[in-house]
Amino acid sequence: MTEGAGLAIAFRHDFPGFTAAIDLAAPTPGTLALFGPSGCGKSTLAAVVAGLLRPASGRVVLDGTVLFDSSAGICLPPERRRIGMVFQTPNLFPHLTVAGNLRYGQRRAGRDGGGFDEIVALLGLEPLLARRPRTLSGGERQRVAIGRALLSRPRLLVMDEPLSSLDGPRKDEILPYLARLKQALQLPILYITHDLAEVARLADWLALMEAGRVRAAGPLGEIAVRGDLPLALRDDAGAMLAARVLEHDAARQLTTLAAGAARLLVPLLAAAPGTMVRLRVPAREVILATDVPRGISVHNVLATTIRAITEDPPRRATLVALDAGGVGLLARVTPDAVARLGLAPGSAVLALVKSVAIEVFPA
Amino acid sequence: MLVGFALARGRFAGRFLVDAVVNLPLVLPPVVIGWLLLLLLGRHGPLGAWLYAAFGLRLAFTTAGASLACGVMIFPQMVRACRQGLDAVDRGLEQAARTLGARPLDCFLSVTLPLAAPGVLVAAIAGYVAALGEFGAVITFAANIPGETQTLPLAIFSALQVPGGEALAARLAIVSVALALAGLGLSEWAGRWLGQRLGLR
Repeated sequence: MTEGAGLAIAFRHDFPGFTAAIDLAAPTPGTLALFGPSGCGKSTLAAVVAGLLRPASGRVVLDGTVLFDSSAGICLPPERRRIGMVFQTPNLFPHLTVAGNLRYGQRRAGRDGGGFDEIVALLGLEPLLARRPRTLSGGERQRVAIGRALLSRPRLLVMDEPLSSLDGPRKDEILPYLARLKQALQLPILYITHDLAEVARLADWLALMEAGRVRAAGPLGEIAVRGDLPLALRDDAGAMLAARVLEHDAARQLTTLAAGAARLLVPLLAAAPGTMVRLRVPAREVILATDVPRGISVHNVLATTIRAITEDPPRRATLVALDAGGVGLLARVTPDAVARLGLAPGSAVLALVKSVAIEVFPA
Repeated sequence: MLVGFALARGRFAGRFLVDAVVNLPLVLPPVVIGWLLLLLLGRHGPLGAWLYAAFGLRLAFTTAGASLACGVMIFPQMVRACRQGLDAVDRGLEQAARTLGARPLDCFLSVTLPLAAPGVLVAAIAGYVAALGEFGAVITFAANIPGETQTLPLAIFSALQVPGGEALAARLAIVSVALALAGLGLSEWAGRWLGQRLGLR
């Protein structure tokens, strides 16, 4: 039963009028994001991994442990899988206090009861411990639910649209906690969402789902810039990457970031050099040029190679996927621009990106 | 409780049959139930003869028999109430408990049961009050013995048989109304109190 590190999910299950046929593998630890519209089978996948739904056939393996294997007749019950679940609704036990909820899984996980204070501090739960779930706000409830799942010492944390029931400001209240927890605990996370902003901030590996199937899966940076996937046809299409803070130039009010071999200038950040950040470079903000422009305000002029060129018919536009020192970028330009510049896959081109157009999130 | 839970959650062979038998007292005339009990549990009934031989236990025409008849009559009501109490418990909470490491029985005791408790308590009290008003099954199975097997409606009925008994019947009717109101009030209050204690409202 040793198949090494990683999460491998393959199953088939028929519902009336809907069939889920999933085949997906991702490395661990790290955050695997499942992205897709409502009703595409994301929650079914989460339920299968957690053991709440027994599929007709398939095999689910987490870091060498077989959780489900229909041909071998293995189906571990949810309590023996050690998968922490955070549902869309917090599902806190109303008859227990916050502390009682947090300890529920911890007590049943056996071994020593360590980690409580650490998790409470990480999620800022200290002032809530004595309260009942009924008296908490939506954001606070979801934080407690995350803490409760973490304290059950899971080997994988499954989060099924944990922010979808919250409004904008509440989401922004929780996202930093999620990013922090991802950094602090080396825990594999399966994160289900239909919000691209959450993907950009949290995912390392991205699986696109469509009508009960995985359309494509791979490292976030690669999937995000593939012009042949529906992701590229969104208004907010663009590259999503992780970058490291290299240095600050206080005089010019600029920060240099390193993403692969590429260097990017952005308006001065507060983060210390060495810190990791997340970037989004919208495709519509990337300009292509064959000569180095002079007398131009743009800070980032990146030497790139064209990976692929695809059409974006609804916008009468063209998507150009670029390789900038091992980092994927996506540019949305007109077909006319592609023709004028004589662009073709494999040719070299300069990508111009305004420093203020790059969206930076704390990682 | 157990039957309620089995019917609410269980998927077993013969579920329909159990459901039907449990609900029989709702649709059969009470007198028929009383008579069936008499056939089964009377001194010469198959179960009654054995009980008497083995334990010296006599049910027909005794206080215990009257209680049993009441119990059988309110059984479907109680089962139904327990079922509703259990159905009202969010399945998501049970799933959460399972993923947090609780085995099925642990999950039932630590999550399902406490959350279903208010509904079950209300049902128990209301059932007790309803049992006070049982008539047909009791008179058939346990007769109408003052001080032993005479329920309130039986006493009222007896009073009305005697010339000039209306005054007594009226007094008993008032007692009956008072008991019913008190019982309903108590069950309502107990449900609310427990709900509050559990942080449900």
